[in-house]
Amino acid sequence: MTMFSPQRQHLVVIGNGMAGMRTVETLLRLAPHRYDITVFGAEPHPNYDRIALSSVLAGEKSLEEIVINSREWYAENGIHLIVGNPVMAIDRAARSVTSAAGLTMPYDRLLIATGSKPLAPPIPGLGLPGTCAFRDIADVETMIAAARTGGRRAVVIGGGLLGLEAAWGLKRQGMSVALVHLMPTLLERQLDATAGTLLQRDLDRRGIAFFTNGQTEEILGTERAEGVRLADGREIPADLVVVAIGIRPNIDLARAAGLEVNRGIVVDDGLRTEDPDIHAVGECVEHRGQLFGLVAPIWEQAKVCAARLAGDESATYVTPPLSTRLKITGVDVFSAGVLAAADEADEEITFQDVARGVYRKLVLRDSRVVGVVMYGDVADAGWYFQLLREGTDIAPMRDTLILGRAVASVAAGAAEPDPAAAVAALPDTAEICGCNGVCKGAITGAIAAHKLTTLEAVRAHTKASASCGSCTGQVEGLLALVLGGDYAAPTGEKPMCRCTPHGHDHVRREILAQGLKTIPAVMQALGWTRPEGCASCRPALNYYLLCAWPGEYEDDARSRFVNERMHANIQKDGTYSVVPRMWGGLTSAKELRAIAEVVEKYEIPTVKVTGGQRIDLLGVRREQLPAVWRDLNAAGMVSGHAYGKALRTVKTCVGSEWCRFGTQDSTAMGVALEKMTWGSWHPHKVKLAVSGCPRNCAEATIKDFGVVAVDSGWELHVGGNGGIHLRGTDLLCKVSTPEEVLEYCGAFLQLYREEAHYLERTAPYVERVGMAHVRARVVEDAENRRALHERFLHAQRFAQRDPWAERAAGADAGAFATLVPAE
Amino acid sequence: MDGSIMGKPGWIEICGLEDIPRQGARVVATAAHGDVAVFRTLDDIIFAVEDRCPHKGGPLSQGIVHGHAVTCPLHNWIIDLDSGEAAAPDRGCVRRIPVRVEGGRVLFAPGARV
Repeated sequence: MTMFSPQRQHLVVIGNGMAGMRTVETLLRLAPHRYDITVFGAEPHPNYDRIALSSVLAGEKSLEEIVINSREWYAENGIHLIVGNPVMAIDRAARSVTSAAGLTMPYDRLLIATGSKPLAPPIPGLGLPGTCAFRDIADVETMIAAARTGGRRAVVIGGGLLGLEAAWGLKRQGMSVALVHLMPTLLERQLDATAGTLLQRDLDRRGIAFFTNGQTEEILGTERAEGVRLADGREIPADLVVVAIGIRPNIDLARAAGLEVNRGIVVDDGLRTEDPDIHAVGECVEHRGQLFGLVAPIWEQAKVCAARLAGDESATYVTPPLSTRLKITGVDVFSAGVLAAADEADEEITFQDVARGVYRKLVLRDSRVVGVVMYGDVADAGWYFQLLREGTDIAPMRDTLILGRAVASVAAGAAEPDPAAAVAALPDTAEICGCNGVCKGAITGAIAAHKLTTLEAVRAHTKASASCGSCTGQVEGLLALVLGGDYAAPTGEKPMCRCTPHGHDHVRREILAQGLKTIPAVMQALGWTRPEGCASCRPALNYYLLCAWPGEYEDDARSRFVNERMHANIQKDGTYSVVPRMWGGLTSAKELRAIAEVVEKYEIPTVKVTGGQRIDLLGVRREQLPAVWRDLNAAGMVSGHAYGKALRTVKTCVGSEWCRFGTQDSTAMGVALEKMTWGSWHPHKVKLAVSGCPRNCAEATIKDFGVVAVDSGWELHVGGNGGIHLRGTDLLCKVSTPEEVLEYCGAFLQLYREEAHYLERTAPYVERVGMAHVRARVVEDAENRRALHERFLHAQRFAQRDPWAERAAGADAGAFATLVPAE
Repeated sequence: MDGSIMGKPGWIEICGLEDIPRQGARVVATAAHGDVAVFRTLDDIIFAVEDRCPHKGGPLSQGIVHGHAVTCPLHNWIIDLDSGEAAAPDRGCVRRIPVRVEGGRVLFAPGARV
């Protein structure tokens, strides 16, 4: 039992959820010594992020990852935590609470943060095994267990935020999912009918079956749930029925204690109940007639309530403007404020691009934004919401407001480059494709003049989006703009190139299934329309075959891009650059001397240090390459593969060997990783990094596979990219030993090698397949991880040959020579 | 086809047919045109063109050969080797050099035009 300090007051918190604990955290900052604090929690878990339950269900996060405050946190802050022993009664006269186990605890101040309960409609059969709500960890465990133990069909009742996230999560868990919703459109409280219909269309395409206008009459089954019957007689079979139609404030304790309750516990602007010693926050309260289910206002309540508990009587709660987003990966929905014009004084502006599935509506009142509904492209959501919150006068940019921040800001005189959805309003001189220097006018002109209807045709005519592809969305937007409804965005798996109707995944599957082992065999078996393929599909097939049949497939140099054939990077003038490998970024006087001598001997014009911690020799002529390599080989240096869709570099910091902050020997770890992975071919270039402490000087969290040392081991991160689209890594997991780092690295790289499309880097690959998929195969399934790692090492047996040494010794000499005939 | 050109004025021997890999190329230095790319396609036809893409001067000899065409390694223009012209919608033409195979030897006539 905690000893209470005589000079401190005792604060008892009922509810170990997000609202209560946010209040306590804030209070500890404001007045760390004012209270002794006891927290009662009904659930047997530490405080967790309830909002992230959808991500747990969808397999994107683990339970550990959503814990907000660990048990250690309570201990460190001197908080007495009592879980699994809920408070059963409040005795206001005695100023004490009594728990289920009979524990009576006096309080000076009481904070009620009991949250909400799922709404349980009076449907016969509710409560049978195989039915659950979607509210807490236990519900999620029930749902995941149902999916894992052979439950195949799920019915979700409720088409609001919770219901949709439950449906999507169950779909991701591999179940077939039907969703029953009472109203004609989904999310009718957050979206207007147009956006709701678009949402239903997109989720329908993802395989969720919808029963709108569906009133559930009965849950079928006697021993356990077997299905659902609707009022119109339709029956939907199910192994799991999830009821997610909403929540209601949990006010039982407060009501029993005689506090004023309405739908929720009634609180004033200081979050105080009618009893001055009792505060309440979160989903259990009712403030000025309003209930709360979203997190933003609850954080605000926690702030005000903590200030009041700390003695600041001036702190006042005002409900902030609310906004909603849906947490379904790849479905972008945003809404804030009112959904539609309330009367004739209100105005609505809408924008719709059917082909891209983009819809946007603004509701204006007195030249101010009072409502935003966005679907498909929510890049500007934050900006619109800011205009709404701040009540900005939008008159100066009204004409272009709906086109988004970039255009509207330019129109209003500010320069804010964010061309996402604004392409329609750009001037003809605006550059769309930075790689190839193509302006908007050139693209729209070509579309009109040549009657182009596909992205492919636009690329062929203008080169726009043909290089890095990052402007593809804008080019498609221009197609939609010029063609209107005639432009149909491609559906289904995209063909690899114009030589075949098949997509990458299909081709990879068939290579394995049919045992195809040469490029001509693949082309013949899969009906290539051009017998020799093209410069796009041939390198892809060469890679797929190399990956599928290591040691067996004979690499086809004629199907490799020049850099991988010449083992150097071609430059704009036709010369090459040469980058020797420096293991983990380490070099020596001997290596540097050899490089210096090579530079002088071959009169190499430019020497540059690369971002990958090595040295680039630029302007080497084709004929010089084998001799340059021979000299570098002689000093012990090998190819750095800086030219390949291959393992490039392993960047390191100096780590514990030298750095006063280093926790592990990151340099040695980096060298070990590079020794294991060098020479490996991949769908695209692959970069690794190892940082010796969380300061992360090796920038590991923007690498394809990044390792960050911590005191207790190594954090492994994947899918980062510092290129055109900056992307931070996702945490894969944490491991303790260098051996594990190697195994997880090999396994992840092999998974990427086997599953990614050619020219798809790990960042888009991870986004396409999802981290849950990666974790399931690399982290959770140890046997699979070892198998992947072994396949990687097996392939490496054939890949780890220095291509420079082979060519310096005379291989493929004709490719480097220039013939000089006697004229 | 008229008789042997071996030894006729203007025709110069470059290398043996087998010195050029199928779907590959070799580079020949000439006084008249600078570097010339000599291609051998999968069906054993030999083509010779100036080794400069009409787009930005990329070395066509280093491109991927498919059918009777080569894709420039710098910006993926596709040059038809029969005509020397860039595939539509790109526009440009590369100079072709007369070339023959005789007795397993490759000869070209860098002073003449096709």
